[in-house]
Amino acid sequence: MDDKYCISISNIDKLYGKKKVLDDINLKVKSKEILGLLGPSGAGKTTLVKIISGIINSSGGNVEVLNTRMPDLNIMNNIGFMAQSDALYEELSAIENLKFFGKIYGLKGKRLSERITEVISLVDLNEDLKKIVSNYSGGMKRRLSLATALLHDPDILILDEPTVGIDPVLRKAIWDELNKLKALGKTIIVTTHVMDEAEKCDRLGMIRNGKLIAVGTPQELKDKTNSNSIEEAFLYYGGVKNEN
Amino acid sequence: MRISALITRIITQFFRDKRTLGLMILAPILVLFLVNLTFNGEEYDPKIAVYDFPEQIEDSLVENGAILKDVSLDKANELIKNKEIDAIIERDGLKSKIALEGSDPSVNKRVVEVFQNALQELSQSQNNPKPDIQFIYGGEDMELFDNLGPVLIGFFIFFFVFLIAGISLLRERSSGTLEKLLSTPLRRYEIVLGYVFGFGLFTTIQSAIISWYAISVLGIMMKGSFIYVLLITFLLSMSALTLGTLLSTFANNELQMMQFIPIVVIPQVFFSGIFNLDTFNKILRGVSKIMPLTYGANALREVMIRGKGWSSIYMDILFLLAFSVLFIILNILALKRYRSI
Repeated sequence: MDDKYCISISNIDKLYGKKKVLDDINLKVKSKEILGLLGPSGAGKTTLVKIISGIINSSGGNVEVLNTRMPDLNIMNNIGFMAQSDALYEELSAIENLKFFGKIYGLKGKRLSERITEVISLVDLNEDLKKIVSNYSGGMKRRLSLATALLHDPDILILDEPTVGIDPVLRKAIWDELNKLKALGKTIIVTTHVMDEAEKCDRLGMIRNGKLIAVGTPQELKDKTNSNSIEEAFLYYGGVKNEN
Repeated sequence: MRISALITRIITQFFRDKRTLGLMILAPILVLFLVNLTFNGEEYDPKIAVYDFPEQIEDSLVENGAILKDVSLDKANELIKNKEIDAIIERDGLKSKIALEGSDPSVNKRVVEVFQNALQELSQSQNNPKPDIQFIYGGEDMELFDNLGPVLIGFFIFFFVFLIAGISLLRERSSGTLEKLLSTPLRRYEIVLGYVFGFGLFTTIQSAIISWYAISVLGIMMKGSFIYVLLITFLLSMSALTLGTLLSTFANNELQMMQFIPIVVIPQVFFSGIFNLDTFNKILRGVSKIMPLTYGANALREVMIRGKGWSSIYMDILFLLAFSVLFIILNILALKRYRSI
């Protein structure tokens, strides 16, 4: 594998019963880029990122992360995964959630408290650290969820719809955050179904009905299809497939 | 280390959710109390071995509902200890001597009732000499609740632990935290063991409080050692905990978890000795052998009513342990549905 790429996805299929939700996906993710996976809900984005992060198995093909075939527990310690649901323990306070996930990632003592201080200021929740999570607003939960994914300082971040249901101000804050993390050398995969958000990614993979229909920078995708927007480009690629 | 993080988290969550904590301990106590207040007896055909009585009296006993066993006295003494017959009645001059197995008060009462009815029919005089009654196990002052008590203690512990453990793991799945855990380097067995130990602590406290309440406050018969009762209820609750988390894998929401109650939990009550299993057909009796509560209730009765010790309960203990280990292994395998390593 080329050093330039840190994730290589080859011939991935995923079947749920007889239904094929992913069909022969081939994709390489460059180191230190933000790759967006764009597609409507039900397209298979979540399934794909779960396979990449090692949570579920594919039915065929393989995924290599940092030159290691997934799933691999050591590599999983170097991936931060933020699920579509907040995946927090609502009865616990923010700090208790962070401590729990930190220990699961093998952090302890001084290092654990340092990391907690760092991620919590990153997502700007210092004031609410001791609050019970069930009293958090939706946006705060989203930020805390992002914080748990960053705790163990992973090189790769996989975020499933991180900005869904979040107001524009906060959405911008999260994107600023992602760019900061990218500058620190992290590789980031983000799924989204919001077309304008896709423009903020370095490269885009368009997914529809379990197939990867196009890959490229937002500009490339627009130029190739003579479109003014990502939405038009998506319609073009989706439409071509339909005619076949 | 990682398991201890899981345990700490489960315990903290438990103390935050005071209602569930209360349900686990107060609900069984309330129901045991109500059952104690309201339970009534039922009719039964006692199995009796009779010696040195005229044939008329034997016939009259049968008419009054007794099932006579024709065996030698030695054999009868052996059978009664295994609860295969309920009483031995001998004649000693003018007096009658009734030896009762004794662990089931409703059966005791029936035996005496049947015998007295039989004598009454044959003799004109109203004042037959009172029979001399002995108890092999139990005693005169035993009430029906005493016999039911061990089964009910076992059942309530099983029921609530099963439900709460199942729903907790289910919520972990529906809230996405299980997925989050599976995205970490946490191993499958660590997740399962974390649950077993985290919940195990509460189920231990729960079993201790309920057993103490039934014995000390309700005054249920207790002949054996409290330590054995604790050991049995603890192992029974472990089997409920591991079965509950295992079955939650096959439920998609809380309602579906509840649907396991009539299928998995309630039938165990019928098979664990609240009702006399002899009236069940053979195949159904075999079913009771795969139910944890059968072993738990049996061991509890041995200790609480018959005052037996280790030698009488170790098989039941082994079965309960085996159930828990089996369910733990199946749990670890069931998580494979999500992640292969």
